[in-house]
This record gives sequence, C-alpha cells and structure tokens, in this order.
Amino acid sequence: MDIDPFVLARIQFAANISFHILFPAISIGLAWFLLFFRIRFTQTGDKAWEYAYFFWVKVFALTFAMGVVSGITMSFQFGTNWPGFMEKAGNVAGPLLGYEVLSAFFLEASFLGIMLYGKNRVSNNIHLISTFLVAFGTTLSAFWILSLNSWMQTPTGYFIEDGRVMVDSWLAVIFNPSFPYRFTHMLLASVLTCAFLIAGVSAWRALKKVDGPATWKVMRTGVMVAAIAAPLQILVGDMHGLNTLEHQPAKVAAMEAIWETERGAPFTLVAMPDEEARSNRFAVEVPYAASLVLTHHMDGEVQGLNDFEGDHPPVAMVFWSFRVMLLVGVLMLCVSWWAAWRLRKGNRADRLVLRALSLMTFSGWVAVLAGWYVTEIGRQPWIVSGVLRVQDVVAGHSAATVVSTLFGYVLLYVLLLISYVAAVRRLATKPAESLAMGPVVFTEDSHSRQQAQKGGA
Amino acid sequence: MEFWLPVIYMATMGLALLIYVILDGYDLGVGMLLPWAEEDEKDTMIASIGPFWDANETWIVLGVGILLIAFPMAHGIVLTHLYIPVTLMLIGLTLRGVAFDLRVKAGDHRKGLWNRAFFAGSSLASLSQGWMLGAYVTGLQSNLTSYLFAGLIALTLPALYFVLGAAWLLMKTEADLQQKAIKWARVAILPMGVGLLLISIATPLVSQTIADKWFTWPNLLMMSPIPIFTAACFGIMLWLLKNPARVEQGQGWILYAATVAVCLLVSLGLGYSLYPDIIIGQMTIWEASASVKSLLFTLFGVALTLPAIIVYTIVIYRIFHGKAADLSYD
Repeated sequence: MDIDPFVLARIQFAANISFHILFPAISIGLAWFLLFFRIRFTQTGDKAWEYAYFFWVKVFALTFAMGVVSGITMSFQFGTNWPGFMEKAGNVAGPLLGYEVLSAFFLEASFLGIMLYGKNRVSNNIHLISTFLVAFGTTLSAFWILSLNSWMQTPTGYFIEDGRVMVDSWLAVIFNPSFPYRFTHMLLASVLTCAFLIAGVSAWRALKKVDGPATWKVMRTGVMVAAIAAPLQILVGDMHGLNTLEHQPAKVAAMEAIWETERGAPFTLVAMPDEEARSNRFAVEVPYAASLVLTHHMDGEVQGLNDFEGDHPPVAMVFWSFRVMLLVGVLMLCVSWWAAWRLRKGNRADRLVLRALSLMTFSGWVAVLAGWYVTEIGRQPWIVSGVLRVQDVVAGHSAATVVSTLFGYVLLYVLLLISYVAAVRRLATKPAESLAMGPVVFTEDSHSRQQAQKGGA
Repeated sequence: MEFWLPVIYMATMGLALLIYVILDGYDLGVGMLLPWAEEDEKDTMIASIGPFWDANETWIVLGVGILLIAFPMAHGIVLTHLYIPVTLMLIGLTLRGVAFDLRVKAGDHRKGLWNRAFFAGSSLASLSQGWMLGAYVTGLQSNLTSYLFAGLIALTLPALYFVLGAAWLLMKTEADLQQKAIKWARVAILPMGVGLLLISIATPLVSQTIADKWFTWPNLLMMSPIPIFTAACFGIMLWLLKNPARVEQGQGWILYAATVAVCLLVSLGLGYSLYPDIIIGQMTIWEASASVKSLLFTLFGVALTLPAIIVYTIVIYRIFHGKAADLSYD
C-alpha cells in the first residue's frame, strides 16, 4: 500500500476527534439548560418546566454516553497514534489531562447517575445540586482540555531540556495567551449549538403537532439565548482572531489566503487557493477589508504566507473551513433575531420561522467542526506550535494496520451518528403524553397560534 | 522524591485499574450475561447498572491517564504495542455505551438489535482487556508463548467478569432472575478458577524475571499467603453457591466480596512480580517517569481529588442501594 501511514494516522485522529467534539458541544451547553429548567420548575411549580427537563434529560443521557465513549477513545489514541507527543511534551500534557479526569470527568460521570435516576431517592435540593455538579463538571472538563489545546497553539511557561518540554510556571502554561479566547469561544459555541438544538427540535414538534406548553417554553428559551449568544460569539470570535494574528500569523494568513505580505489587503469572499501557483483562482474580493478586520486600519500591513514558506498549514482547507464557520455564524445571528422578534412576548411563530428553526437544528455542529478545523489544521505542521512537529511524534504503524482500524472506527462512527440523530428525531416526533398536555391549536390561515389550555393550569 | 514519586504513581495506577476491574467488571459481566435472560429480565439487569456504568468506566481513563502523566516514556511503547487490542476494546466500549441508551430510545423494533450490540460490545471489550493484560505481563513480546499466554488471560478475565456480573445480580435482583444468576455464577466460577491456576503456573514459565523473583528464599514464603487466601476465597464462593437459601436471605454480597478479594490478591501478586519495572525486563518506573515538577503538580491534584472521588462514589452507591427498580428518569 502506498498511502503514507502518517497521513492515515492524522485522518484517523481527525475522524475520532471530529466525532467526539459533536457530543461535548451539546452536553456542555445542555447541562446548563437542564439546570435552568429545573430551577424554573422549583421556582414556579409550573409542570411544563419539569416536562421540559424530563424530555431533554433523555437527550442529555444519550449525548453524554456518546461523549464518554468517544472521549475514552481519545485518551488512548494519544498513545497509540502519537507516542512521541507524550514522550516529549508529556510534562505539560499529562498533568492537564490528569486534572481533567480527576476534577471533572469523575464528577460529571458520577453525579449523572443521581441526575438521571435519583429523583425519587434524594431530596429536591440534592437533585438540583447534582444537576449543577454535572453542568459544572462538563464546563470544568472543557477548561482543562482547552487549556492543553491552547498551550499546543501558543505555548508559554516551559523550557526545553534534553529534547523534552519542562515546566517553568504552571500558571503560564494553563493561562497561555490564546486560552481565555479559545475557552470563551468554545463555551459560547456550545451554548449556541445547544440553543439551536432545543429550539430546532421544539419547532419540529410544533410542526408535527406533538407540542405542548413545555415545547414553546423550551423554544422561547433556545431562541432568546441564541439571539444573545450569537452577536457575543461574533465579538469573541473577532478577539480570538486578533489573538491568533499576534501569536500564529501563519494560521491567519491561511484563513484569509493571503499569499504575499501586503498593506490594505482585501478580504477574499470566495476563491480556490492554489498551493502550487501560490495564488488564488476565481477570487471574489472586498478591497481593504482584511486589513480593516485584522488591524482595524484600512492600510494596515497583513503578513502573507510568503513569510512562512514550507512551514504553513494547507491553505484551501483552512480557508474554506473558516468561511463555512462564518456563514453558519451569520445565519445563526439572522435566524435567532428573526425568531426572537416573532416569538417576543405574546406572539406565536408562524410556519416559516418554525421551518427555519428546525432546519437549523444541527447547525451548531457544522460551525463547531468548521471552527475546530480552522484552528487545528491551521496549527500544522506543528503539534506544539514552534516546538514539536506532528511528523516527529507519529507512531510507526504500517499503513495496512492504520487503514484497517480506521475502517472499523469510521464504520462505527457513521452507524452511531445515524443512530443518534434517528433517536433524537424519534424522541422529537413521539407525542409524549407529558408534552402533549395542553394541546396547542394551529390555525394555518391566520399564521398565529392559540393555546387551548394555558400551560401549568 | 525522585525515588518515591514514581512508586506512589505506580501504586495509584494499580489502585485505579483494580477499582476499574472490580466496578466495570460487573457491568461488563452483566452485559455478557444478557443473552441468557428473558426479555423483561434484560430490562432489570440493565436497570441494575444504569446509575453506575458511566462512572465505572472513568476508572480506566484514570488508569491510562496515570500511565500517561507519570510514565510518558512507557505510555507510548505500551499503547503502540497494544494498538490492535486497544482499538478493539475501544470499539467494544463505544458500542456498548451507546447501545445502553439506544436500546430504549431507538424504538421497540430495534431493541433486540441493540441488546445484541450491548452483548457484543461488552464481550469484545472484556476479551481485548484480557489480551492486553496478558501481553503486558509477558513484557510486550511478539512470540508464540506470549501470544498463548495473552490468549489464556483473554479468556480468564471475561470469566472473572461473568462471576462479578452474576454476583452483582445476586445483590440487585430477586426471585427467578436471582436464581438464574446463581446458576450463571456456578458455571463461570470453574473456568475462572482454572484460568487463574493456569496463569499462576504459566507466569514464571513465560517470564524469567518473574520466575527469579518468585522462587528465591524468603520471597517464596512471603508470597505463600496469596495462593492460600485465594483458595480460601474460592472455598467461600463454592459454599455460598451451594446454599441458595443464604442468597435469598440477603447474603449474596459474599460472592461479590470474595471475588473482589480474589482480584485484590491477584493484583498484589502482579504488582509484586512487576515492581520496579513499568515494562517488564525493559524499563523501570524511574526510567519511564516524567519530571519531578510535573509529578508533584499532579500529585497535589490526586491527593485532593482522589479521596473526594472515593467518598462520593461510596455515597452514590449507598443512594442506589437495594434491589434494582425500573429504570426511568422520573
């Protein structure tokens, strides 16, 4: 077989990590939404909030299980695929991963049991605290993982001794320059992914007429949260981008497909970046826009890929992933504001808004994956920026070995992804007795909805 | 410090993996017993492990995590050598973890399919773990004797999980299912015992390092309580299984406790045989260890969180104490 095992190892790791991130992207946000539903129920005594909790906790359990099992896979693949990474950077990576397992993973996995099955065995307060601990655990888990990932992007607080990374200052390692931005960006991404998931599924239920007061409360919550988080995310994304420009200029040059350093660089809307010719084909550009966004000056200088020849990431993949993320982000902003306007107090959304929301159900996944491709492919050819190259840490498996296991993993992941979406769809379509309580009458001609029975009455 | 830190970490890693075998062992065992139960019994069996399995699996992440944190030089060698069994184990664990949820969420017509997936995933994970343990104990060699040895452990570990699973069901179920569990335990206990005996005979034969350690005076005397106590545990297990009335009176936990004692004894023997190597005959724990500064930083976290984890794990087991109820989110 003449496929490079190194490329295969990367594809395999990318497949695993792409599959994995889908589930934390939902569970981090969903845990906090569930806590919100529980608190609202405790405060108001409105049964609808309790039904909302019961419905979404089922999705949470499934999502969490998918995240746990694919996360276990990750913890082993560091060693099976990239043994050199742990040998050379283990002094940093080990403790950060260790703290994640000890402080977060155990917490969430343990209290999940009470959260799911303990309602009749513990008091309301203990159940609330358990729900909080699960939500806190998922976020703390993201804290450690993103700290390590950010350190790999912008390493600080270390020195090299005998070819191994040694730690100088743990504070500088954990709170490395890109960490606060990446952490905030990811948390908001999870909140948005989740907001669109719950709003989308609720809209789907409304369209299928299996909705109840809980459905509308959940939809409203999702839409309102999305309407606030979407513009915030664009702001944080911009700050994250400026931080990347400062520390990883090669990544930004690839994101914008800027081949030559220039002043007053245009923003390329679409193009086919050509690595051979080192230029863009079929480019549609907005003059001065890249300089304006990146330096906040019309004629600011933007470093081009020519400064990093032989040491920069593959341009086309980073360029296009970035544009996909931006596009989904803008769509999220538009749809959430439109839906928020339609759903503002007292109003009922029309069919068109419901359709748009249900189409956007899994939009967060697209944006999250695209965003991670930008940042991870954008780090190439380094595994730790400027310190350690990916090709120097790969395991020496034969191509045949990696191909066969890759085939196994991909087959399993496709099967599981289909099963996951099918299960969510089935849950969403099933007229659960609890959610069907207080049927909502839909009148096509007036494009408005009337509630036959007030929620919680 | 340079001497003690790696020793502390090796002990902690051993503890994490021992807890993993004891805890995830029973839920993997329950998964492998599934095909022999009636449809409604399957639900009860799954319900009995519902609140626990997520947290149980976390212990293997801690185990491999400590290998990665404390012994980065060995982590890569061990995991690259075990690439195929690790992959199979991960596929097995993934399949069963997802099947656990999907068997009730994917619709009634698919329930049988996901039940089979749960069984297949549990079996694949158990067999692979056994193989990994066997390959590890023989020092990651690639020759026929070590493959045979790994194969032997690959069959013994699932037998142990069968017994743990059946023992768990003795505590968590009643009536017919409990009687079935007694039957299952009776069937599984023999292969487990024979397997452990064969492993004990084979270990010094395949590893000269271990043989040298075992058969010198006074080591032989110091080691002798291990086989004696293990035999005693087997005596207790067989006695309990001959008296089903005692299980009905709520003494089923004795089987679980005795199996745990066997695990503890085996791991003591294993730890003694391996120490001070992290890869037997190739690399000591000191050669493999991370820098003192990194080890100290993590040790702080271990000392702070591990006792807390153990406490809240016990609390959660107490909350869900008693016979398994129907599994629902209400």
